[in-house]
Amino acid sequence: MSYYGRKFAFYLVALWAAVTLNFFIPRLLPGNPVDILMAKLQQRGGSVDPSVRRTYELLLGSDSDESLWSQYLSYWNNMAHGDLGISVSAFPAKVSDVIAQSLPWTIVLVGIATLISFALGVALGIVVGWRRGSWLDSLVPATTVLAAVPYFWLALILVALFSSALHWFPLLGGYDVRLSPGWSWEFISSAAYYGVLPALTIVISSIGGWLLGMRNMMVSTASEDYILTAQAKGLRPGRIMMRYAARNAVLPSVAGFAISLGFVVSGAIVTEQVFSYPGIGSKLLQAVQNNDYALMQGIFLVITVAVLGANLIVDLLYGVIDPRTRARR
Amino acid sequence: MTNISPSTEPVSEPRQGPVPAAPEAARRRPVSGWRAILPRWSPKLGVGLGLVTAIALFGILGPMVVGDPAAINNVGLTPPGGGHLLGTTQTGQDVFAQLAYATRGSLQVGLLVGVMATALSALFGIIGGYVGGAVDEVFSLFSNVMLVIPGLPLVIVISAFVPAAQRGAWMIAIVLAITGWAASSRVLRAQTLSLRNRDYVAASRVAGEKPWRVVSVEILPNLLPVLASQFVFAVIFAILSEAGLSFLGLGASNSSTLGTMLYYAQNGFALQLEAWWWFVPPGAVIALFGCGLSLINFSIDEIINPKLRTEPRKRAASRSAAA
Repeated sequence: MSYYGRKFAFYLVALWAAVTLNFFIPRLLPGNPVDILMAKLQQRGGSVDPSVRRTYELLLGSDSDESLWSQYLSYWNNMAHGDLGISVSAFPAKVSDVIAQSLPWTIVLVGIATLISFALGVALGIVVGWRRGSWLDSLVPATTVLAAVPYFWLALILVALFSSALHWFPLLGGYDVRLSPGWSWEFISSAAYYGVLPALTIVISSIGGWLLGMRNMMVSTASEDYILTAQAKGLRPGRIMMRYAARNAVLPSVAGFAISLGFVVSGAIVTEQVFSYPGIGSKLLQAVQNNDYALMQGIFLVITVAVLGANLIVDLLYGVIDPRTRARR
Repeated sequence: MTNISPSTEPVSEPRQGPVPAAPEAARRRPVSGWRAILPRWSPKLGVGLGLVTAIALFGILGPMVVGDPAAINNVGLTPPGGGHLLGTTQTGQDVFAQLAYATRGSLQVGLLVGVMATALSALFGIIGGYVGGAVDEVFSLFSNVMLVIPGLPLVIVISAFVPAAQRGAWMIAIVLAITGWAASSRVLRAQTLSLRNRDYVAASRVAGEKPWRVVSVEILPNLLPVLASQFVFAVIFAILSEAGLSFLGLGASNSSTLGTMLYYAQNGFALQLEAWWWFVPPGAVIALFGCGLSLINFSIDEIINPKLRTEPRKRAASRSAAA
């Protein structure tokens, strides 16, 4: 099987595992979510028609005699149609609509922050790793403090410093509420302004990992023979650093994207909570607080699919950057 | 901190003094088996061990010294100083006393999850790597899938389904261990793959040793540095994740950890009231403890990958002269 074929197959398996996990979690854990949801729905004046109950039962498990296998098949059928049930906390909106509304916020925030942090971290790692033994090495322990700082705590500190004390940035929210969301210049600039602190939180907390990984690979690469050869040829040091050492050293950082992205997304969820950012993380917690199980599961599924998708893209790119991976081992 | 304690040994032994680049002579001296596994003494290691030991002692001994962390007083939100070392919360509880108990709680979770996650990763990584074939394929597929599924959202969903009354510390620890072992398992598998093809392992197999003996006697000792480093990572991961979970109000019920402290601080509007002494210390303890563990990990990494050791000044100087 080709490299790309194997990658696609792997992510299909991962997707299947995530959906199946989502199917079994509510069925294996204690509690009776369907009844809680139905009661909540009634409080909100929702019609308790059997089809709604049926959707919930497929999502969360039922007491009926229906076999697990046929529940599982119907569940997949619903997933394939994008039917994730009705949200109780945002009644009468559908879960898929709630997600569609908040997902762009998180994707833009996490996407931009991850790109900045990756680029900066790798660039710093190249320099620090190349000039090993100089004063730059003392930067390395400093980054471990950053990596060990909890995202949400850093967010609290930034808010206390830049919003409460200095009033440079807004305390919370994703945009000026007086503006209506749209593609106007005003709205976008307001969203960017509100996004600075959340993005800064993510960048500061995740940059250490990139820096350290890149630094270590640079150190290993610097002792390779071809670097020595390049130096003996009298090439410019800058050229050796970028074209010879960094190009080879960056590969594991790209390949390790999967691990990092999971951490960043997890951190972003908690960060959003601190800033009351209108993204998917805040929605997830709102769903948790309101026992909105359908929304909760939908969001988990969407987050997982997004992370899998991002990793698939990176893996495909990796095949382009490093031809060795395409060759069958 | 079982896996870390052996590395305290070089500290008590003033073998070389705290010079960053150990003298070449000392390095060339043949080192005995156990000495080779222990990290080399360096300022990084010293600072790391100092931080970890200080915080661990604070967590172990602190609760015996401080007063009742839950005692409510009518001195709400007093800044640090006077009778309260770190000030008081909104309801007049002593922040320092809370910090001591919370540190203990967080360390317990970290240790518990660290042990469980390392055991899981060893099980899947070492056995998969050693046995090879279909078992390896299945194990590594499984750990790769676990790796790409984002952990915290999964933990949040699981915790949310379990009613608060049944959400114990053990349950949280097990869930965190299940979501946190996969990355280590990949590292261990890669190391095992390279070890199993060495001549001495082949020799012991040819000599008719049973597989479990080959793994535990020939391979496992060589994996100890890797295991130690993965354990340290698992502890950091666990403390951070637990803090995040508790901060969201989804942690174990009746537990007091650094995360729950931050949860109460956030819900008590510590931020808006500018009561920095309430929310700064818990996060600082987490950050410093994590930093200490990472510094220890640097020293362990230098055993695994000798290329990372700080090179002697002479060569570094010649390189920068060339640059």
